[in-house]
Amino acid sequence: MKKSVNLQRSQIVISGVGGQGVLFITRLLAEAAIMKGCQVFTSETHGMAQRGGTVLSHLKVGDFSSPLIRPFQADGLIALKPENILQHGSFLKKGAWIFVNSGKKPDTGFDTYAVDADALSLKTGNPKSVNLVLLGFALKGEKVRQGENKGLFCTFEDIKSVLAGQLKGKKEMLDASVRALETGYAVSVK
Amino acid sequence: MRMQPKALLILKAWVAKPRLFLLIMEVCVGRKKLMLGNEAIAQGLLENGCAVATSYPGTPASEILSSITRIKEKNSIPVHSQWAVNEKVAFEIAYAGCMAGLRTAVSMKQVGLNVASDPLMSAAYMGARGGFIVISADDPGPHSSQTEQDSRLMAMMAKIPVLDPDSPVQAKEMISIAYEISETFEIPVMLRPTTRVCHSRQDIQAENFGSFERNADFKKDPARWAATPKFRFKLHTELEKKLEKIAAFKKTAPVKLNKKTASGKAVIVSGVAAAHTREIMKDLGLWDKIPVFQVIQPYPLHRNFIASVCKDYDEILIIEETMPVIEMQIADRTRVRGKLNGFVSRVGEILPEAIEQMLCNFAGLKAEKAIVQSQPGRRPTLCAGCPHRASFFAIKKAAPKGIYTSDIGCYTLGLNLGAVDTVLCMGAAISQAEGFYHAFKNESKRPDIVATIGDSTFFHAGIPALIDAVVQNVHFTLVILDNRTTAMTGNQPTPASGFGASGETLEAVDIEALVKGCGVKFCKTGDPCKIKEFIPLVKEAVQYARNKGPAVVIARHPCLIGRKRKEEQAKKIFVEITDACEGCEYCIRHFECPAIIFDNDNKRADIDPLLCSGCGVCVHVCPKKAIVIK
Repeated sequence: MKKSVNLQRSQIVISGVGGQGVLFITRLLAEAAIMKGCQVFTSETHGMAQRGGTVLSHLKVGDFSSPLIRPFQADGLIALKPENILQHGSFLKKGAWIFVNSGKKPDTGFDTYAVDADALSLKTGNPKSVNLVLLGFALKGEKVRQGENKGLFCTFEDIKSVLAGQLKGKKEMLDASVRALETGYAVSVK
Repeated sequence: MRMQPKALLILKAWVAKPRLFLLIMEVCVGRKKLMLGNEAIAQGLLENGCAVATSYPGTPASEILSSITRIKEKNSIPVHSQWAVNEKVAFEIAYAGCMAGLRTAVSMKQVGLNVASDPLMSAAYMGARGGFIVISADDPGPHSSQTEQDSRLMAMMAKIPVLDPDSPVQAKEMISIAYEISETFEIPVMLRPTTRVCHSRQDIQAENFGSFERNADFKKDPARWAATPKFRFKLHTELEKKLEKIAAFKKTAPVKLNKKTASGKAVIVSGVAAAHTREIMKDLGLWDKIPVFQVIQPYPLHRNFIASVCKDYDEILIIEETMPVIEMQIADRTRVRGKLNGFVSRVGEILPEAIEQMLCNFAGLKAEKAIVQSQPGRRPTLCAGCPHRASFFAIKKAAPKGIYTSDIGCYTLGLNLGAVDTVLCMGAAISQAEGFYHAFKNESKRPDIVATIGDSTFFHAGIPALIDAVVQNVHFTLVILDNRTTAMTGNQPTPASGFGASGETLEAVDIEALVKGCGVKFCKTGDPCKIKEFIPLVKEAVQYARNKGPAVVIARHPCLIGRKRKEEQAKKIFVEITDACEGCEYCIRHFECPAIIFDNDNKRADIDPLLCSGCGVCVHVCPKKAIVIK
């Protein structure tokens, strides 16, 4: 009985290291999917790995019944550490995209966009916002990519309004979060 | 689950005018909410009138009780929800609630059910009056557990029915059926989600909260509630009759998911394997070809189903996690492919890519791609500034050649530092220390034995072991790593915290008084982050243990990620590394702080300012005194 409008079917892998905020941006994207009337499924890492171990989220938007993404099926990867590409690149299908937090653009065999989110978050005075800077940057996908797999299923404005809902009543946190998101979004994609 | 007529109407409306329908649904019932599987279970319990909910934290089950508490606070629902000292106590509290006619639930992780297995086995005989659900979350993989054990097998051993959800949505739906079975047949019912159900999020429709107007009412019946062995035989006989009926209960009968298929082959699935299989069969174009049966209730498996599936199909593939519970109940072994004949792996999580391979093999398709091996990820480590790291450093200084028994919690990660030699189960650090002491008693050279246990784990199962060690005058040092919280599972309170699940004020139990009450004569408290004083304290304890008997050090410093005790945190000390650093990597190997990184280009240590918490402990770690206060 679970049906809703499927604007787009999308499978995204988000990974990083425990403490970087992988779960938080997975959640923002999942809430954005619901806001757009899509079905959504995520699978997350909790427990011991959250103490600095590798953390991996699967995000599936659309009509799916399994919470996990199989190898060679993901449309894209958001990697909070460059090492995550070697760990989780095998989920990606041909023609997939990668947005990675990295000072230099790694050679991946996929369409890869890099941003030094560590440096940018330090510069904005909010070192814990690496995740949002990278998410802001990843939201540029639809502007820079051609064809069917244009990047994330939602827009910068979608995430901004999800953030406003999630951080209702916490104005300082919301302002800082939106600033981090904007910082990433403002970076030009080469 | 079978579709209700109302559901059919709604489906028709959706098919006719999808956008308008969505709009109306949104206005009428509100937008769907993104819920974690554990939140969905909590929501289901409250929608179905659960009046008492208890738990002991453990991944992947922890968020069930915390969600109940959050939802009840938000909606002012009069439910008693609490963290108990361990799973056995949690079980018994919730069970007594159902004896008084209320709907109750206890939740835990699978190894927690081992702790609660004593009351579980007995409660199965005595049965339930109000509905009673035992939620035991399994962890195939394992991702965050000691074992991959299957709680469904525990349900079978106890002789209670178990439901196996495939998703957060289904887990929530199953709560109402579980209560119905429990009250219809007067029996405890198990819900067995796995990590992929507990820690998935899905868009879920929240319903109204159930009626809470039932009054507690205990009907005395010693032949049942205090049954002696003679009456136990009678209760056991009754239990078997209940199971006979439950094995024919319509609402939990296996469901044929793809109705129109006909083939000599069939696939039987349950739990999250059912969710994977549905999607993969569709992707492979097998959905219209091979019938798929989803088992809702793996034990007792429906008798008619066992008979018909063996009659109707020549080849049957069974995919379930983690043990062959359904498979063992299908008597005709010649037809079945599963774990028992190695067709399905007997260890590990059954990932969807493995199911794809199995289905291709079973259907005679060529499997497209092999399973890929990826680079291993980072191992977890204690946080930068974690007080446990300082405690372990002090222990290694005080008893460098000791045997280090340890326990379950964040501090298990002390094994990265070489300060943890054994981890068995909750509370075993102390009893294993005793065991090593007795084992080496007749040797000429006896090693120092230092046990480490967290505060929450000490309360959970450490106290009886400590009493035993006192009685036997075991020469060992126990360091209670008191970070004032249950850290690894998300900072739940301990009995020493003085507050409860929703932050309400409760009594606090004093650890020192408890240790002394067990008969320990050497018990001293220190702050491990004041490492200069703490090392001599541990040395003193080790010396005492060598000569006299059990010595306890309470290493007290609040967890850095606990939100409740910020005021107890020390002032930040920022450090830098001077040119005195020779690149010996002593700090990297023996202290392993994530904030101390090795600069390979310059062959020296460096501080990562993003990660450093400012605990200042590393200043006393460097043998060359190259780490200094800024």
